[in-house]
Amino acid sequence: MKKLITAFAGASALAFSVSAPALAETLTIATVNNGDMIRMQKLADDFTAKNPDIDLEWVVLEENVLRQRVTTDIATKGGQYDIMTIGTYEVPIWGKQGWLVALDDLPESYDVDDLLPAIRGGLTIDGSLYAAPFYGESSMVMYRKDLMEKAGLEMPEAPTWDFIAEAAKAMTDKDNEIYGVCLRGKAGWGENMAFLTAASNSFGARWFDMDWKPQFDTDAWKNTLTFYLDLMEEAGPPGASSNGFNENLALFQSGKCGMWIDATVAASFVTDPENSTVADKVGFALAPDNGLGKRGNWLWAWSLGIPAGTDSEASAKKFIDWATSKEYLALVAEKEGWASVPPGTRTSLYENPEYAKIPFAKMTLESINSADPQNPTVEPVPYVGVQFVAIPEFQGLGTAVGQQFSAALAGNITAEQALQNAQRLTEREMQKAGYIK
Amino acid sequence: MATAHSRTAARFMLSPAVVLLLGWMIIPLSMTIYFSFLRFNLLMPGMEEFTGFTNYRFFLTDPAFFEALVNTILLVVGVLLITVIGGTLLALLLDQPVWGQGIVRILVIAPFFVMPTVSALVWKNMFMNPVNGLFAHMAKAVGLEPFDFLAQAPLFSIIIMVAWQWLPFATLILLTALQSLDREQIEASEIDGAGPFSRFFYIVLPHMARAITVVILIQTIFLLSVFAEILVTTNGGPGYASTNITYLVYVQSLLQYDVGGGSAGGIVAVILANIVAIFLMRMIGKNLEV
Amino acid sequence: MARAVSTRRQVAVSILAWVVALAIFFPILWTVLTSFKTEAEAIASPPSFLFFDWTLENYGEVQERSDYFRHFMNSVVISLGSTLLGLLIAIPAAWSMAFVPAKRTKDVLMWMLSTKMLPPVGVLIPIYLMFRDLGLLDTRTGLVIVLTLINLPIIIWMLYTYFKEIPGEILEAARMDGATLWSEIVHVLTPMAVPGIASTLLLNVILAWNEAFWTLNLTAAKAAPLTAFIASYSSPEGLFYAKLSAASTMAIAPILIIGWFSQKQLVRGLTFGAVK
Repeated sequence: MKKLITAFAGASALAFSVSAPALAETLTIATVNNGDMIRMQKLADDFTAKNPDIDLEWVVLEENVLRQRVTTDIATKGGQYDIMTIGTYEVPIWGKQGWLVALDDLPESYDVDDLLPAIRGGLTIDGSLYAAPFYGESSMVMYRKDLMEKAGLEMPEAPTWDFIAEAAKAMTDKDNEIYGVCLRGKAGWGENMAFLTAASNSFGARWFDMDWKPQFDTDAWKNTLTFYLDLMEEAGPPGASSNGFNENLALFQSGKCGMWIDATVAASFVTDPENSTVADKVGFALAPDNGLGKRGNWLWAWSLGIPAGTDSEASAKKFIDWATSKEYLALVAEKEGWASVPPGTRTSLYENPEYAKIPFAKMTLESINSADPQNPTVEPVPYVGVQFVAIPEFQGLGTAVGQQFSAALAGNITAEQALQNAQRLTEREMQKAGYIK
Repeated sequence: MATAHSRTAARFMLSPAVVLLLGWMIIPLSMTIYFSFLRFNLLMPGMEEFTGFTNYRFFLTDPAFFEALVNTILLVVGVLLITVIGGTLLALLLDQPVWGQGIVRILVIAPFFVMPTVSALVWKNMFMNPVNGLFAHMAKAVGLEPFDFLAQAPLFSIIIMVAWQWLPFATLILLTALQSLDREQIEASEIDGAGPFSRFFYIVLPHMARAITVVILIQTIFLLSVFAEILVTTNGGPGYASTNITYLVYVQSLLQYDVGGGSAGGIVAVILANIVAIFLMRMIGKNLEV
Repeated sequence: MARAVSTRRQVAVSILAWVVALAIFFPILWTVLTSFKTEAEAIASPPSFLFFDWTLENYGEVQERSDYFRHFMNSVVISLGSTLLGLLIAIPAAWSMAFVPAKRTKDVLMWMLSTKMLPPVGVLIPIYLMFRDLGLLDTRTGLVIVLTLINLPIIIWMLYTYFKEIPGEILEAARMDGATLWSEIVHVLTPMAVPGIASTLLLNVILAWNEAFWTLNLTAAKAAPLTAFIASYSSPEGLFYAKLSAASTMAIAPILIIGWFSQKQLVRGLTFGAVK
């Protein structure tokens, strides 16, 4: 026992002594543990080599944990981070609160006009850019060409929901563990609700009318949800109600899905021969529609923002300039190949003939361009956002509604009950928050 | 034995602990009570206003509240049942002469050292996942349809995970108690012709009553605030099927950033926990000569 | 007792004990095994138990991405610091309650335990605001303070039950010999209570090591312990089972090893006065 204590004491003494005073300025960067960000962390030596007076501290966390950490910190002005990785949902809300530093004075070489207009629009408030896009994504259909052929069907470039349903049923072969379509079912505003909200837009549904009255009691939502539930019942994998992006990715990579409608960034994973057993058999198409003028795809950009009040604003800007620049894209291309370049942020990338050879490049760009966060729905709405509603209450609200839809997918409640519950709880929250008097 | 002098000294020695804990309790608690009467969303600073009992009304009439209350009780009782019964059986087993006793014991207590987040991640992804999990592989190997644990039986799955972590703790305490049992008493009863069952119920169990009380008390304290396991695995769903009170408070305060609502929920949780505590003390306090 | 029966019985009991023990241990074993697989093998169907290409790739990747040593050191400092500080406050308190009980001692003890029932999620925002103002965010000091306060009731209770078992006559004898209060504690009481103190220390190091709410929410980079280290490997985009397993193994290994080596100590001491 005594030995143990001595060992402990020794270890702790050592630990106290290792924290030597740092001479350089330190930037604390909070980011998500997604592949593109991890690559950025690995390549950051390039930045520190060019800026020897800046040290980087990385806080890499799982998406939900990260969001909770940075939101708590910025709202309480905790000041623990100099750069935060945030999405198109946060930027409009935080920017309006004055919590983010405007990025108006980026250098000429940054070429801010090169950013894709749809992406830039989502990060801009009153003409000022509040976060620089690191990668942008929409959603699209990824499908197995071989299974499609076997089913005797051909995927159009812009399919309808009816075609997706038909193809899904034709491709399903449950005995061999092949499921026609894999869709998100795990509850969460960024999980199943991202998919369902985006899909509902193409069914003519919306979250709120112009008076902020919840719309889950409408036929449009009923059609959306019953279509989704029927489709998953007939052609979805088991346990779909706990499948999020990752679970579906694993399914698709191991050859168990005929189609998968999800984030465009998934394209680089499913076509990566090292991790995917179906890498050479994947085709891409736009997210489906119902002929109502809106497609069921979303728009998202993981972006780097600077919390107002940081001591290291200038250095933080330098880093953001580096990480979201054209040069960074070229650096990734040089080190890891064009397929690994963070997609969906710059026009010049899509004009690059090298990048155009990537099989999913064109479809990613078209998907991003076909999303419109300012006018996401068939009927007018008082909010911004395709697969979310950019109000502070939405995280909790979206997740609560997501829970209901997830329960319906698990078969615990019916579609009608789920919609009723969703309507009731949304009304309650909107009342509590003071949107509805 | 206690003189006036030593009594003063005793008070003096007790006071740092009392003062610190009092501070730890009162400062956040009074801030929480204050916030609970405000309309206060962290994402909308400068909009705080006094709203009376609105937050409490919304929290208590939330359809999720009742379900969460039931789930909290089920979770605590379920884990207690598994760990106390399982722990007793394990303790009886480990009390026997066994080859490689040291290693067996090490294997049994290992789960207690595993971080709750790690254990939840491992159970969720590598065991209970209906496609890639080990249970699914096992089901397929014998020709069964894989069972989707976290969707079909979310609360049960969480109970299993939590019970796995606490089983070693219960086993350890119960085993220690068992080992202090008077062997002569057992042998005497054997001579009197008592069967193993009557021996267990009339001699062993009464002897272990105190240890079982301790297990129940300590575990209840930790089980009332089970949180990481739910966050990592089911996020409280599907529906509210695996939401407990702690998780509901989390949803309010860190997902919706509704500090007012979350604070009201926190106060409700504290009141409920104290009711449980009083109840526990009454029921089993007699057993515990503290 | 008849020896022949007893041997056969021992075989049966041993087999049963081993089966149960391995079943309980299996999730940990499986995690360790998975950490040596490639990502593709980790989700392969059917899974391979031992016959796969063992690789250290995941450990290399984890080490390259995050500074394990720093997280490890933070965990050590935080869990040990909070336990030692807790003992410092708890030993006098437990002593006074055990040897100079007042009418309200039992109530005080129960009240202390009840402070542990405060749900942490409910008070995160107040604590976060206080920590910001005190400059304690992302510091080891801040975490040591919080974890001390969280585990203090358990420490006091454990010590109290040990002290309670020490017969008062010994103290009186010492007092007769003219021992002062201080030397009474240092020379008489403490040596007798060492096993109890040691197992209290162990249990609290374990509890503090595994605490994942405060340690995750009050730190960013500098003071982040292993709980935060794990959070960077759970559920990223892409396959992650093998890397998660490697990170998990690295996070739980130190405490598992300490726990195993001090198993006897822990078993002896972990009674909470449950043994008369």
